[in-house]
Amino acid sequence: MKKVKDILNFNKLQSGMTCDITPPTSYGLDIISVKHLTKQFMGIKAIDDLTVGIPQAMTVGLIGGNGSGKTTLVNILTGMLRPEAGEITVRDKKRTHIKSAELRKYRIARTFQDGRLIEQMSVEDNLLLPVTENDLIDSIKEVSISDYKDRLEKVLEMTSLIPHRKKNAEELSYGLRKLLEVGRVLMQDADIYFFDEPFSGLFPEIVEQVCEIICGLQRQGKTIVIIEHNMSLIRRLCDYIIVLNHGKLLAEGKPEDVLQNKAVQESYLGM
Amino acid sequence: MEYLINLAILFGIYSMLALSLNMLIGMGGLVSLAQAAFYGIGAYATAIGMTSLGFGFFTTIILGIIINAVIAFVVGKILARFQGDYYAIVSAGLSIIVFSILQNWKSVTHGPLGIFGIGKPEIGSYAFYSNTAFLGLVAVFTVALYVLYQWINKSSFGRVLKALREDEKLTQSMGYKTKHYKSVIFVLSAALSGIAGAFFASYIAFIDPSSFQLKEGIFLFTIIIVGGLSSALGSIVGALILISLPEVLRFIGLPYETAAQLQQMIYGAMLLLMMIFKPQGLFGKYRM
Repeated sequence: MKKVKDILNFNKLQSGMTCDITPPTSYGLDIISVKHLTKQFMGIKAIDDLTVGIPQAMTVGLIGGNGSGKTTLVNILTGMLRPEAGEITVRDKKRTHIKSAELRKYRIARTFQDGRLIEQMSVEDNLLLPVTENDLIDSIKEVSISDYKDRLEKVLEMTSLIPHRKKNAEELSYGLRKLLEVGRVLMQDADIYFFDEPFSGLFPEIVEQVCEIICGLQRQGKTIVIIEHNMSLIRRLCDYIIVLNHGKLLAEGKPEDVLQNKAVQESYLGM
Repeated sequence: MEYLINLAILFGIYSMLALSLNMLIGMGGLVSLAQAAFYGIGAYATAIGMTSLGFGFFTTIILGIIINAVIAFVVGKILARFQGDYYAIVSAGLSIIVFSILQNWKSVTHGPLGIFGIGKPEIGSYAFYSNTAFLGLVAVFTVALYVLYQWINKSSFGRVLKALREDEKLTQSMGYKTKHYKSVIFVLSAALSGIAGAFFASYIAFIDPSSFQLKEGIFLFTIIIVGGLSSALGSIVGALILISLPEVLRFIGLPYETAAQLQQMIYGAMLLLMMIFKPQGLFGKYRM
């Protein structure tokens, strides 16, 4: 809880600007990595013997064409899917899969491509859900939200959801739903954030708002993984890029190097 | 006046049942048709405890709660693997099994003959023989259950239940062991419906298995659908409407058989119309 203020305090970002963070000269240890990971759907390999790592405290762009395995990889790393083979290492702990109930323990938060919210629940309750007491007995005793009030108010303000706080998620517009999902991950004092297409279908003002939020997390040294098709946003936000193609690693490295990579240009950028 | 008190006692008992069921279906989204089974077990615990074992009423309430909790804990472990329609079907199976046991375990339950002469509650030297006193006791327990419902609804536990009723996987990803939550609410709901069963047995003074069939579970389901899912007030209003309905039909002056048939038809129509036009019920906050 003591870090909450720091996490949420950052200066306003001017439209189109980068996050004003000095790009790293070298990449640190991987905070999360996979080795020989395989996941199939109906015999088709969505992830095919993939070995890759997410460097700590970096903003990583995870790109690739449709069906390249980006979302599947994030789903495996957040316990939504179980791989058939391979090894996952989270903070030096090796395992065959991650359980979704362990995400809070590993300090991992995520958004979903299809905007997964609890539809018949208020905006406030959607935001509180990932942070309230998760010990069963203590959760029965916890009827006050006073411990989370400051954080809730700050996130509601940052996501422009104050006027909608009592509405159910199903009553929100598309843009506000995206902001609510982003707000939900902001509520969590995580170390690793996965954003699955957080900008898709958003108006430019809301894109800027989400960029500001991601930059704020960057300044706090958080590890961020963004799945995104908009290359200008990837260039603007990311320190590192991982390109997947048919479930395999096509390229990885600094944005300027990866985006010049001939294989990447041919297979994904269509150049 | 005595007639109204009689009606109010039944209304209180069914309000308790509706509150306990709404915790499970309204808050947790777990459509159970087994509530009549737990209601019956509570009633039989009181009937057997008071007539054969010589226990006091309040001791038998605790006995019923414990038996229901143990059964619900074991069954809940199995039910927690299911969701949606499958949960309802398996719970209906439980209701049928319990009814068969009540019907056939004659050495304990007396089978279809039922159990007579069930006593009234006593505290020290005071016995709740009069219906007015009995109503007071029912009211105390109903209010207690109402308060408990509101507490759970407001708690973080309630928030998790309301989340898992819509998206269990997402709720798990927030760090919650959802199977445990499903088991606990099932146990709690079963235990609380046992209290209603105890009051029913003591008030009527005679019980047989016919009061605890699957159709009773469907009747309880209708109460909360009409009153409103995930709403304590809805549970109370639903019980009031459905308990009053047969009395209204009686005042119209229809022959008994006709009124009984009409009553079933009205219950069915109510369920259908609510599902189509107001799926969250009169005061509900959740649609299935």
